[in-house]
Amino acid sequence: MKPRTSGSVVRLAAPLRALAQRFSFLLLVAASVALMMVGKVDPAFVDTARSRVTDAFAPILDALSRPAATAARVIESVVDVQNVYEENQRLKAENARLTQWRQAALRLEAENNSLRSVLRYKPDPAASYITARVIAAPGATFFRTLVVTAGRRDGVRKGQAALAGSGMVGRVVEVGEWSSRVLLITDINARVPVVLESSRQRALLAGDNSDQPKLIYLPPDAVATVGERVVTSGHGGAYPPGIPIGVVASVGERGVRVQPIADLSRLEHLRLVDFGLPGGPGEVEPHRDWK
Amino acid sequence: MTVTLWQRLDKTGRNLAPFAVTVMLLLLGMVPLQIPSYTEIAPALTLMAVYYWAIHRPDLLRPGAVFALGLLQDLLSGAPLGLNALTLVCVHWTVLTQRRFFLANTFALMWVGFALIVLGAAVLQWLVVCALSASAVPFNAPFFQALLTLALFPVFAWLFIRVHRAFLQG
Repeated sequence: MKPRTSGSVVRLAAPLRALAQRFSFLLLVAASVALMMVGKVDPAFVDTARSRVTDAFAPILDALSRPAATAARVIESVVDVQNVYEENQRLKAENARLTQWRQAALRLEAENNSLRSVLRYKPDPAASYITARVIAAPGATFFRTLVVTAGRRDGVRKGQAALAGSGMVGRVVEVGEWSSRVLLITDINARVPVVLESSRQRALLAGDNSDQPKLIYLPPDAVATVGERVVTSGHGGAYPPGIPIGVVASVGERGVRVQPIADLSRLEHLRLVDFGLPGGPGEVEPHRDWK
Repeated sequence: MTVTLWQRLDKTGRNLAPFAVTVMLLLLGMVPLQIPSYTEIAPALTLMAVYYWAIHRPDLLRPGAVFALGLLQDLLSGAPLGLNALTLVCVHWTVLTQRRFFLANTFALMWVGFALIVLGAAVLQWLVVCALSASAVPFNAPFFQALLTLALFPVFAWLFIRVHRAFLQG
């Protein structure tokens, strides 16, 4: 394809093009580095671009993820059939145990209600849930993010917590019109203020791209015991207190490691939770218009 | 006139095959497979595609296109913008400048060449991520990713050869 225009444009364009061809490699490398700088300097701009592109590709990713999910379910059902007897025994035992717990919970709830009425306790605002399907788990070695099929039009806001089963798995970092991105708690950038459930020791749960995030800023004299539950502390106002995240898996030279409650490699559906916290992350960005 | 138009359209369509295959692999690489620990070491499918086409049809996968593919991967995967773009452009450039070495007669030699490329790419990505996060990130995940990519290369190379023969020869 030859340019048909004449005059100054050609005189300017031809040497530029030759130069560009000769140095295309250097130019592209420079462009990549420049983009990295832009990402560091203006993350908001990059987030917007990212969520738009993700929005555009969401239908394709959605279609591609369905056969994979079906295949996983078929394999899982075969395995389930094999274990059906043991599973049944286990569930019966668990059910018996849970029935006792239910009694205890009902009794405590009644007691709690009566005590609250005595103290005029103001309960936390009710949470609303948005359920979304995971459509992409990019095979990125250094980053742990997921793309889910719910966006601004479904009520998703930046900063909402993402739950799978009963455990927290991450938080929303980018919101598109009908898709959004969740940063998992194992990602190297993830930090969640937590508290050890029984010792009430505060710490920060920091991901480091391994399967088990570690607790940092734990006081040196604090004793963490293996098996202790780790829940959100609610400090910083990002999440309400008490959402379970994991259990302490190991205490040793490499710090205190926490095993997440949810199986992060097999997430199919997530619940994004809007806790309606006043001044929480849900209101940090009040309805930025989609231009 | 219509014949030439159709011929030209056909030719253009065929010439788009390398790019289209790479985009498809990019999207396939995003599918959540529900396999434990898979996403950490998911094979770099675009890397394989760029390697193969840079050796065999560099005229159909230009540096600009490679850059665009890397950028799309960055945007979709949540990686820092420019990381995959930089990696793929460097791979493309390395293969092009050392094409005589990589354009091997046997498949085994092509595989050896790919081993060098995939390890180099892993080290490059690791260095960039370390620089960006200003801390030493563990190298084991990228290393195992490189190994898995290397191990799966023959499967995808077979696919590329089929596409190459079906669309670009004759």
